[in-house]
Amino acid sequence: MREPINPEQRGGESRSRMIKIYVMGRAYEVPEGLTIMKALEYAGFRLIRGVGCRGGFCGACPTVYRLPGEYKLNIGLACQTIVQDGMHLVILPFVPMEKPKYRIEKLKPDTGTILSMFPEVTRCVSCNTCTKACPQGLEVMDAVQAILRGDLKKAAELIFDCISCGICSMRCPAEIRHVHLFQLIRRLYGKYILPKAKHVEERIREIERGKYEEELNRLMKMPLEELKKLYSQRKIEK
Amino acid sequence: MSEHTGYPPELRKAIKIVEETRPERLKQTYRRLSLEEREKLLKQWHPDYKPGTKRPLKVGPCRGTIVYNEVADVLESWPLIEPRDVDLSNIDYDVDVLVIGGGGAGASAVLWAIYSGVEPDSILLVTKLRFGDANTVKAQGGIQAADRPEDSPVLHYLDTMGGGHFANKPELVKALVCDAPFIIKWLEDLGVIFDKTDEGVMIEYPGGGACRKRLHCARDYTGLEIMRVLKDEVLNYGVPILEFTPAIELLTDPETGGVSGAILWNIETREYYVVRAKVTILATGGFGRLHIAGFPTTNHYGATMDGVVLAYRVGANLRDLDTAQYHPTGVVWPEAIRGELITEKVRSLGAQLVNANGEQFVYQLEPRDVVASAIIAECANGRGIVTPTGAYGVWLDIPMIDEIHGAGTIKRTLPAMYRQFIRHGIDITVEPVLTYPTLHYQNGGVDIDQYTRVLNPQGKPIPNLLAAGEVTGGVHGRNRLMGNSLLDITVFGKRAGITASKIVKEASSKPKLSLKHIEKFMEELRKANIPKTRRAPIILPDYRGERVLLRSLSLKVI
Repeated sequence: MREPINPEQRGGESRSRMIKIYVMGRAYEVPEGLTIMKALEYAGFRLIRGVGCRGGFCGACPTVYRLPGEYKLNIGLACQTIVQDGMHLVILPFVPMEKPKYRIEKLKPDTGTILSMFPEVTRCVSCNTCTKACPQGLEVMDAVQAILRGDLKKAAELIFDCISCGICSMRCPAEIRHVHLFQLIRRLYGKYILPKAKHVEERIREIERGKYEEELNRLMKMPLEELKKLYSQRKIEK
Repeated sequence: MSEHTGYPPELRKAIKIVEETRPERLKQTYRRLSLEEREKLLKQWHPDYKPGTKRPLKVGPCRGTIVYNEVADVLESWPLIEPRDVDLSNIDYDVDVLVIGGGGAGASAVLWAIYSGVEPDSILLVTKLRFGDANTVKAQGGIQAADRPEDSPVLHYLDTMGGGHFANKPELVKALVCDAPFIIKWLEDLGVIFDKTDEGVMIEYPGGGACRKRLHCARDYTGLEIMRVLKDEVLNYGVPILEFTPAIELLTDPETGGVSGAILWNIETREYYVVRAKVTILATGGFGRLHIAGFPTTNHYGATMDGVVLAYRVGANLRDLDTAQYHPTGVVWPEAIRGELITEKVRSLGAQLVNANGEQFVYQLEPRDVVASAIIAECANGRGIVTPTGAYGVWLDIPMIDEIHGAGTIKRTLPAMYRQFIRHGIDITVEPVLTYPTLHYQNGGVDIDQYTRVLNPQGKPIPNLLAAGEVTGGVHGRNRLMGNSLLDITVFGKRAGITASKIVKEASSKPKLSLKHIEKFMEELRKANIPKTRRAPIILPDYRGERVLLRSLSLKVI
């Protein structure tokens, strides 16, 4: 895993110091140490788009920003990235791309299947812009190349931590629809390549045969004190 | 410790003590508490027992029931609309199944309704944020299912009942533990990537309060992996979905008293829509954003208990809303992400909780309410660590994990956690993290039966209203175990979908629409002198700065 792109600041020491951030060009004074999301709220924005889980998992708040004196375009999640003085930013809450519809049980886990739905993958020029744009620090381009080589295991592992924010798709000169492509790859890998858990099927057969029915019904009717005793006496696996 | 640390000097100094006691602690396991010792700890320190945080409800079917103040505030609230504001004769969506909520429970309900014969285009899924922006994606640690030879649904039943203080509804727990292996198989067949050995054996971890290793995970992105697969499948079926469109009121058939649809509201355009549905499924999630007892929360932005509010107005029974789950390990430092979750999987992998003296003070895998109480007690007794901003916490000794399981384990099995902290300059492979309980889960909620039918206080189903997931109560009693929430939403989401299909098949005619129940409820509010300013559902919390709000003008031009 590459280290995620990130400002090294952290919150806390002196909440009273105010810094200036530029939200879509308009300057606002906010306390230092806040995340971009909390700074926007402090400044008076009532967020509807560009906010979701607030914990770095849903991908609703990818934010593009530049720091003063730099040409470099940075990407971070608004809920995870700390504001910096002079930062110019915009949240990009949505990336348009149509999802191909499929029946997963009718697909084959091979490159042909994937390219028939996502022909643009062959246009990858290995520019690595996707990787540089990823707020999760994933090796996006390597995953795309693994798909082209037919190595779905490698691809699925590389993009497992993807939060589907779509910023790579926004930056890609080949116009690859990574979000939906990667979802297909993960499902093909999970369904067809990962070995099945036989012990789960065995337990299902036992339940279907009614193996636990009687014991469970007994516990359901058991007086509370007896149930508590049984609970206290159960052996705990090391 | 590494050079790049995101900790200030005083915390770096405090970490030295944790490092000094680590070799000795690696050899020790803290003893487990008896049921009596647990009760004593909870009564003294758990926020559920704090005086002044609760009150009896003044209105509605559960009048007199004690709930948290923040819960009472939204239940004793005026509707957002007056019945005369909306024209019910103009139906915008006439569907078989209306699913309210776009998390894991809603998605599961949609899929099982389809599998059971409901046409995909006769379903409508509505959600206040985007489809999938729910607590489901934030569930990191795993999903329980007793599917190893050493385990059994009976043990899962016992663990769940004991963790819930035996206040759970037995028939719901039985459904939970018996459906569990089927759910794992279903998810596997859909393509969910669980952590497995090369032979396909699930790698399962111990969870707090569980007597067997029973947690199936997908790194520490378990909920995200499940949600995105379910979402992808719903999209494949072409089910109509309305995002940024919460339900603001249910509709009832004045002849049957059954639920017949809902009023929706588009947050962006502010227009309302009328939905008529043969069956309505509430899958709206929990109450974290009400900040119960003043706690920060791990919950997503939309967790405002809307579904409970709507159900209460049509006569639903509510249970166990005088309890809340405070996850033991919320982030204390860095301040910017305070209250966010540090997954219990960290403790499943062996990380211990350590006080300012570098000592353990509780076995790390007691049920969540017990661990949370122990942390609160430790800090109250002066053995916590104080941050430069005045917050309290104890250490969660994450670097131990690599010592127990080998170098690289943390980065491999906890990538989300590693990422969350390294973004702020803290490397959890070498540095412990500061932690304190944070509001996590709505243990109680709308009363249901094992078919997910919503019950009134007399135990009778309210016709054509189902509920699944965190919005409901009874599955987890007064305290949920780790890994039982992802299971709850899939088990009862599935059951809701199946029950919905039966109701659709049996429905002979289209239901009538009214807001009669609201008129009745408003009469009660008037009698109880509830101030008109109190309105619910609140849909989204308001975190705008006070300085701005003081200068806010609502001008009727734009």
